[in-house]
Amino acid sequence: MNTIFLIIKREYLVRVRKRSFVIMTILGPLLIFAFYAVIGWAAISSINQKKVAVIDESGRFANQFKDTKETTYSYLKQPLAQAKKQFAKSGYDALVFIPTNVIEQPKTVQIFAEKSVSLDLQNNIERAISKEIETIKLNQAGITRKIIEDAKVNVDAQTFSLRDSGEQNSSAIATSIIGYVCAFLIYISVFIYGTQVMRGVMEEKTNRIVEVIISSVKPFQLMMGKIIGVALVGLTQFMLWILLTVGLFTVGGQVFGDKVDRGRAAMQTSAAAGQGAAAAPEVRQAQQGVMNNVLRAIETLNIPLIVACFLFYFLGGYLLYSALFGAIGAAVDNETETQQFMFPITLPIIGAIAVAQFVIREPDGALAFWTSMIPFTSPVIMMVRVPFGVPGWELALSMFLLAIGFAGTTWLAARIYRVGILMYGKKVTYKELSKWVFYKA
Amino acid sequence: MNILETRHIVKQYAEHRALDDVSLVVPKGSIFGLLGPNGAGKTSLIRIINQITAPDEGEVFLMGEHLNPNHIRHIGYLPEERGLYKKMKVGEQLLYLAQLKGLSEKEAMEKLKIWFVKFDIKTWWNKHIEDLSKGMQQKVQFVATVMHEPDLIILDEPFSGFDPINANLIKDEILELRDKGSTIIFSTHRMESVEELCDHIALINRSHKVLDGPKRAIKEQFKTHTYHVEYQGALSDLPSAFSVLSTKPIDDGFLRADIQIPPDAAVNDLIRHLIDRVAVRSFGENIPSMNDIFIKAVGATND
Repeated sequence: MNTIFLIIKREYLVRVRKRSFVIMTILGPLLIFAFYAVIGWAAISSINQKKVAVIDESGRFANQFKDTKETTYSYLKQPLAQAKKQFAKSGYDALVFIPTNVIEQPKTVQIFAEKSVSLDLQNNIERAISKEIETIKLNQAGITRKIIEDAKVNVDAQTFSLRDSGEQNSSAIATSIIGYVCAFLIYISVFIYGTQVMRGVMEEKTNRIVEVIISSVKPFQLMMGKIIGVALVGLTQFMLWILLTVGLFTVGGQVFGDKVDRGRAAMQTSAAAGQGAAAAPEVRQAQQGVMNNVLRAIETLNIPLIVACFLFYFLGGYLLYSALFGAIGAAVDNETETQQFMFPITLPIIGAIAVAQFVIREPDGALAFWTSMIPFTSPVIMMVRVPFGVPGWELALSMFLLAIGFAGTTWLAARIYRVGILMYGKKVTYKELSKWVFYKA
Repeated sequence: MNILETRHIVKQYAEHRALDDVSLVVPKGSIFGLLGPNGAGKTSLIRIINQITAPDEGEVFLMGEHLNPNHIRHIGYLPEERGLYKKMKVGEQLLYLAQLKGLSEKEAMEKLKIWFVKFDIKTWWNKHIEDLSKGMQQKVQFVATVMHEPDLIILDEPFSGFDPINANLIKDEILELRDKGSTIIFSTHRMESVEELCDHIALINRSHKVLDGPKRAIKEQFKTHTYHVEYQGALSDLPSAFSVLSTKPIDDGFLRADIQIPPDAAVNDLIRHLIDRVAVRSFGENIPSMNDIFIKAVGATND
């Protein structure tokens, strides 16, 4: 027992101390953060970037254009021809010309710009103009804007799932995303850490240290020590990623949050003169509405259950596959020979991630049920299903079968391993492997 | 007293029987040569003693007890296929291997210090194995084998990869370990080192033990009752019991003859007859070399 602990310790420390581990652990969250930071920065730096000049010959649109994050508007009182001439020096990004007869002929509105005008800007201007024309026309017909607003009913359907705990708010999209992300993480980590086990076994075999070691410990202890050591490396990496990402986003979020607020405040004061601050809170409310929906949906999910299941299926799936990866490493002499054995072993889990897309659409179907029972696919498929809610007995049965599954593959792998590690210069076939399984120790 | 005893060991691999009824006795404090051609079954036997594999039939006793996992720390094994973790540091690696043998970290540290001083390799502690030359790696490997002061040391081709200077160093270490009370099993093809170091041998060929016992007794068993004499003069009309196998001239008019005597005859009779007839410069028994014995014994069982 003491020796297996020593092996775990070595396997763990050797990998955690590697430069590549440190780099990957720091780089992962940094890349995610940098990705969001670039988007955030782009959003902030676009504030006040577009300056639009408006020549309103009709005189009906004074202060109808509301300043937003992206655009500010100013009104020019000069003829179009003159404005066009001075445009290059004026520092404006675009020039909007509204002719006197705009109400009768709305298509006469013109937008000039040095570069092409962005679709967003064009839409904003068109919307503002058409809304104002609409109001004018409605007024002419004797209807006020107020009546229209009252007549508009905003329908935002909320989805509910009927469960024993009563009606709960749920959001199908959030549930699917969480399920799929968990499943994909398990899929990726089985590959990453499974191959690490295989490489480790091959390294010991080609270094010829393996015979020295197994004169001190049982081959099974050496194999399990490596598998557990690598599992701990995987868990460490996950934990660090989560901690670093959360940390970066908390710190980064504050910095960016300040900037955004300051930007908004500046915008509002500048817009205050133009009485148009009304739009921003509206938009913000709408965004908060969506966010609240998702957050509410997440709150109704059984997060502790999902986390517990994730850990169980991550470890179960990893143990099941890494034992087989270890056996491959023991059976072959070099990397190129691994290919022929890798394919049949990785086939079920690649299949599982493909099937997962159908399971998301129908998480309670027959396909979903059976693939979440088979130990080779259950770690991926069950993780897709868990956020949708799975009957307790199905979960228990699936976990039980997975436990039997990894006990089985570990047993099989150990028997191949103990023969393989001492076998040099022999090209192995499946027939040969099956013989090894039945050798007496 | 015997440190190791194997009784009727059989090891079967699919269609191949690697060991067939092999019984050996290794006396405590000896340097025991385990000889045999490639593929004879030596490595299989060594792996059984190290509990890497188990025999299909037969029993192994170490220090009078049935072989069991507690014996692991009493054995030091240097396999023929050997190596170290390339990316690990020398000190760290040796500490790890010592702890796997059951030493505490503190004990291991103390023992390692002694070896690092002895081999004058103190500066290597923080070096990575991959930065050492092959000979240096072999030294580290030897330390790894013996640092836990095992009662039984099993060395499979220990000198391969060593230059003559380091080979000598290791040879002296082997003798010193023996003098301190360790027993050494020594598996090799190099008959000159068997000749030099071993006091007991066993020969395995084609999964069977062909020969074993004290080296002197085996030489006795294989002796041909031939003697050589260097002389001047004419060696004629010797009694018919003494047959002259060959005569050839050597330097300065001296001749050399190989003479065989009957197993029951006394050497003194031959000497007396020689003195009567020729001027003798030297006389001695033709003792078979381990090389001769090896070839003869293996050849005999292959026929």
